[in-house]
Amino acid sequence: MAVGKSVQRKDGVAKVTGKARYTDDFSMPGMRVAKYLRSPIAHGRVVRIDTTRAEKLPGVDGVFTFHDVPKNTFATAGHPFSLDPEHGDVADRLLLTDCARFQGDEVAVVVTRDDMTAHKALSLIEVEYENLKPLIRMQDVLAHDAPELHKRSRNLIKEHAYTVGGDYKKAIEESDHLIEGVFETQIVQHCHLENHSSYAYMDDMDRIVIVSSTQIPHIARRIVSEALNFPLSRIRVIKPHIGGGFGNKQDVILEPMVAFLTLKLGGIPIRLKLNREECMVGTRVRHPLHIQVKAGISQEGNLNVIDYDAVSNTGAYASHGHSIVSAAAAKTHYMYPRAIYRCRARTIYGNFPSAGAMRGYGSPQIIFAVESLMEDAARKLGIDSVDFRLKNAVKPGDINQIGKRPIVTAGLIECIEKGRDLIDWDKKRATLQTPQTGPVRKGLGIACFSYLSGTYPSCVEPASARLILNQDGSVNLLVGATEIGQGSDTVFAQMTAETLGTSYEKVHVVSNQDTDVTPFDSGAYASRQTYVTGQAVMRAASELKDKILAYAGVITGMNPGELDIDEGNIVIAKSRQTAVMSLKDLSMDAYYNKNRGGQITSEVSCKALTNAPSYGCTVVDLEIDIPMCKVKINEIYNIHDAGVIINPLTSEGQIHGGMAMGIGAALFEVLMVDPDSGRIYNNNMLDYKVPTIMDIPGLGSGFVQTHEPTHPYGSKSLGEPPVLTPAPAIRNAILDATGIAINELPMNPKTLFTHFKNAGLL
Amino acid sequence: MFDFESYHKAESVDEAIALLAQNPKSIPLAGGTDVLVRLHQHHQDYRHVVDIHGLKELKEISKNPNGVIRIGSGVTFTTLTEHPLITGNIPVLAQGASSVGGPQVRNVGTVGGNICNGAPSADSAAPLLILNATVVLKGTQGQREIPLHEFYQGPGKVDRMESEILTSIVIAPENYQCWFAKYHKYAMRDAMDIATIGCAGACNIEGGLVNQLRLAYTVAGPTPLRCWKTEQIAKGAKADESLLELVKSSVLKDLRPRDSWRASKDFRQHVIQTLAQRVLQAILNQCGEVKP
Repeated sequence: MAVGKSVQRKDGVAKVTGKARYTDDFSMPGMRVAKYLRSPIAHGRVVRIDTTRAEKLPGVDGVFTFHDVPKNTFATAGHPFSLDPEHGDVADRLLLTDCARFQGDEVAVVVTRDDMTAHKALSLIEVEYENLKPLIRMQDVLAHDAPELHKRSRNLIKEHAYTVGGDYKKAIEESDHLIEGVFETQIVQHCHLENHSSYAYMDDMDRIVIVSSTQIPHIARRIVSEALNFPLSRIRVIKPHIGGGFGNKQDVILEPMVAFLTLKLGGIPIRLKLNREECMVGTRVRHPLHIQVKAGISQEGNLNVIDYDAVSNTGAYASHGHSIVSAAAAKTHYMYPRAIYRCRARTIYGNFPSAGAMRGYGSPQIIFAVESLMEDAARKLGIDSVDFRLKNAVKPGDINQIGKRPIVTAGLIECIEKGRDLIDWDKKRATLQTPQTGPVRKGLGIACFSYLSGTYPSCVEPASARLILNQDGSVNLLVGATEIGQGSDTVFAQMTAETLGTSYEKVHVVSNQDTDVTPFDSGAYASRQTYVTGQAVMRAASELKDKILAYAGVITGMNPGELDIDEGNIVIAKSRQTAVMSLKDLSMDAYYNKNRGGQITSEVSCKALTNAPSYGCTVVDLEIDIPMCKVKINEIYNIHDAGVIINPLTSEGQIHGGMAMGIGAALFEVLMVDPDSGRIYNNNMLDYKVPTIMDIPGLGSGFVQTHEPTHPYGSKSLGEPPVLTPAPAIRNAILDATGIAINELPMNPKTLFTHFKNAGLL
Repeated sequence: MFDFESYHKAESVDEAIALLAQNPKSIPLAGGTDVLVRLHQHHQDYRHVVDIHGLKELKEISKNPNGVIRIGSGVTFTTLTEHPLITGNIPVLAQGASSVGGPQVRNVGTVGGNICNGAPSADSAAPLLILNATVVLKGTQGQREIPLHEFYQGPGKVDRMESEILTSIVIAPENYQCWFAKYHKYAMRDAMDIATIGCAGACNIEGGLVNQLRLAYTVAGPTPLRCWKTEQIAKGAKADESLLELVKSSVLKDLRPRDSWRASKDFRQHVIQTLAQRVLQAILNQCGEVKP
């Protein structure tokens, strides 16, 4: 049995010994470097650009501007293609622009023999801009006389609104209390260790090979084809090991450019690799949201209505655009599905770096607002924060009002109870005085979440797996799904071992995707791979097992139905100790017997037609030093209902990483953009305060293991969910300690100072 | 890749001085934690480098029989943090040194570089200022020794002539014996950060009264600054909690914090006052005059 065990990661040793090869670890003879010329202003039109001097510099192979690139706009979001044109992503990007839409926009690119020459060549390009008013604030973007960032957009990408679950007006009227709040979330950046990097070359006259740090090799292939008007089948994308992505590599950022450049320059290998400063502005960021929320509540504490109006700012280019706020709204509904749910959401443009996918995909922002408001509601009614949530939390059998489907597994109540007990909530609550006095005050906070295990039915959910029985009786697994550090290869191997009846060590996962070789899968995003790809893996393993047993029947003359596989041996199903033959002997026969057999393989490509909500909560115990404006977390736990846990140790690691990221967004991180000039202040690791190991407290976790019937091993999502609730839980604990509701992020010392001062605490 | 125009590795301080004198545009490179950042950014003023990294004669820490402590300018923050002469006699400097960056930066960054870089945020500066440290400079015109507070001239500006190398930092016994001192770095995170405000304080107390107070801040003006007026006011004051209020009400008069996107002026002022109290409280706790 391999599922449920903390087996060692498939890539663990390679990564800690430095053997694992990432995109930058490969080089080719004659490789050139490419570097962007980035706009120094946030909004402006290029009125003159002169590359003559740069072109003459020795060591320069090429200089390209807006004039040289294909004139068809393309969409960069790493979504599978939508057959419904209404649901497609917004195509608003060119390879290079003549209109700068954020400080750092790509105006030209040079290809040179080395970095230094690239730097010099860039300094020789002369550009004159006509300055346009930078639009950063929501009211500036939406002003009737605002210049349009993109023609005919009115600076609005998309909007939608719906009410589900019953009669809104009646429910509002019947509510004893209406609680309202306005919430602002900040721009944060993924800060994955490995910056974006890609290179491309042509290995014959008409095929482009791209090696890239991407979460979505198969989708990248299609988008490069669209961007260049180049046949898809002549593009090959290879994904080596990846040093993190968090959604920022679920976007096609460098691949079209390297493909374009190698195509222009006769197929020479060209590397385009961003440094940290570029990566923080020139890739993607998290959407900042402005959210107005209203809740209608009965005197007894029943939540009748949740109503919110969200404005999401996607920055300079659409990227994932409106999908972010739209998906987040849908996923958050699973938490309190008995309440009437009304949502209005708009996504607008602005002159700052493009916002795209980032772990949680809009849900951290929406959940910050909703769970903060739930706290305010509980306090207004004088109900304990835990009890209020227990009263309203989802139960199995509740109906999702958006999709009108029953919710089958829902362990949220058990998660809340477990969190309450782990942090000793009741005892601590009884000893905390209210209101507190003195410079250091203590608080308890809780926040809950719901999420999904993929994107169906909003998007297609394709997955494929191929298994090959090797000559030594081990198996190779090929998937189109990508290992990006989250541990998917490991759990796929565990699933394969479990179903096939072989040991985990005998399953080798081919980790590097290659679109010429690996079967189709849309990639790592939406916390989908364990749930969606897992279904393909199980079916492929099951099919391989049937084929192996059938062949065992051929060799032995026994009935395959009476055979099984156990620890790498063909055994009699009824008396498992009796080995009929080893998998190795069977495989050698299949490969080399002159009169029968052949390589035994299985391949499954399928689509998930289900989706499963996952649940959980964060509970936190903290103290605040008011004069110092600093928060100290004493204890913090994340409790997850992610169904059956395939690998407890890697799951715990996933939770720790997500919590640290959530704490970063709660207390530390913000990419600062000047609201007047669009200047970005802190695109570096000194001034962008991603927390260090010294800033992250001890992290606790727990699981409530439901058995999700739509997944072959009972599993649900865990990749993104850990990041969702630390911020609102911390906000609620600060409220508990100080009586001050901080409805903006990050709650860093500067923000706390302003709030404490306004409240007269300082 | 760095865009050097010239690079020389000096084998001795004298050779470094000669090399610097030959090329007025050249910059000494010690630990490299500031200079390499500039080089990475292709800074125009950092194209000629005289490398003094690892020079043995700059690496020593000593204490003579009279108690004079001499710290070579090439001593790293890690050494400052761990060296028994520092932790045993002037632990406040170890506190400052240990708050710099992360372990890798502390392993190469030097105290001389930290001072000569002239940054208003230098973590070693506030402790050295309250230790009344003097700096020794050697150049083509010989050797001179000046108080650290006079060495600082403006943001990024110090009194180092083009050919000069800061060779050592000197602390006299009367500046640390019978003193209690404390450094607190206030930053947005607990490692790998630049100070929002840094505060070092030292007290010499006799019979429950403040004989002498010294207080210095970083990021509270164009250079690291001593709080001369407040120090005067505190003379003879009672060494109890009333001292905290006294200092809090006076300290802003000594400093010139500015508004920037990193932190607003009123926030910095608040932190300055809070740190004055916290640092003094810690000092009073140390000398047992006031129980926590």
